[in-house]
Amino acid sequence: MSQEHLAVYEVFVRSARGLDHKHVGSLHAESPEHALMYARDCYIRRSEGVSIWVVEAKNITASQDEDLENFVEPMDDKPYRHATHYVLPDSVNNM
Amino acid sequence: MNVEQQNLFRFLVGLGDDAVVLSHRLSEWCSNGPYLEEDIALSNIALDYIGRARMFYQYAAEIEGKGRTEDDIAYLRDERQFTNLLIHELPINDFAFTMVRQFFVDVYYCEYLKQLCESKDERIAAIAAKAVKESRYHLKRSEPWIRQLSEGTEESRRRIQAALVELENFVGELFIMSDWEKELVEAGIAVDREKLQAGWDQYIQKFLAESDLEFPDSQLQIRGGRDGIHTEHLGHMLSDMQYVQRVYPGLEW
Repeated sequence: MSQEHLAVYEVFVRSARGLDHKHVGSLHAESPEHALMYARDCYIRRSEGVSIWVVEAKNITASQDEDLENFVEPMDDKPYRHATHYVLPDSVNNM
Repeated sequence: MNVEQQNLFRFLVGLGDDAVVLSHRLSEWCSNGPYLEEDIALSNIALDYIGRARMFYQYAAEIEGKGRTEDDIAYLRDERQFTNLLIHELPINDFAFTMVRQFFVDVYYCEYLKQLCESKDERIAAIAAKAVKESRYHLKRSEPWIRQLSEGTEESRRRIQAALVELENFVGELFIMSDWEKELVEAGIAVDREKLQAGWDQYIQKFLAESDLEFPDSQLQIRGGRDGIHTEHLGHMLSDMQYVQRVYPGLEW
């Protein structure tokens, strides 16, 4: 059996109640149901998690490195976007 | 051991043998799986069965009271002393065969272990309670695989149908009871496997009809496992499984 029919899924595991799902890796599978079972066998077989999400990788839209220049850098020179830029009047204590 | 203890010992060793033999067969897929994820998943199921075998053997060794360990029972007995039901020992063959066998035994174990949870022997009930959860997961895996392969290519469908025909010959034995096991049923310890057959047939026939697969309904029922009469395959498997302990007795790592 070859892998050509298999899709890549990204796996997210929540390690304990109250925490966020964290990306732990990826795997190949035939269907979302299979992906979930493989994720169980590959990533939480030593009880590392209480919940799993699998997402087919093609459904993730990701930022690209080459876009970094116009994507992130314009934020660097606008200190007024940070709360610390503003001087609070003394009467506003302990905000 | 009195007669009751002898029956209980036989019963536990039989269940342990079923588990250890199937575990070894599944472990033969390790590094040979169709792709990495399925390889890991199958090996994981092999480990579930090893866990099961250990619990049954440990309890059997305690009942026997001769100082034997689970390892002695697994690695230092010969073919004729193994009493697994034959379906567990058949070679892995191709992936379709392996998955049809899993599907058949998963359906069987889901019901068998569910009923074994009611055993008056608390230790056995506890083992069954742990194992039935594993089997329910195993079935969640094996059933979609059969459907998928039957709907796949002409080749995958042909292989599934061939596996059904071959394995059906070994299904009848799952539901044959011997007198000593019936005594354990009367004592509230074991499960009457004869009564499981109708439910098993119904489940499998319904599933196969939905997948447009033929239920072979074999008239041939190959049996003998619980009496130590095996197919030609078990001896070869044991020579592999027991090799290290036979060549280096008592070796540990």
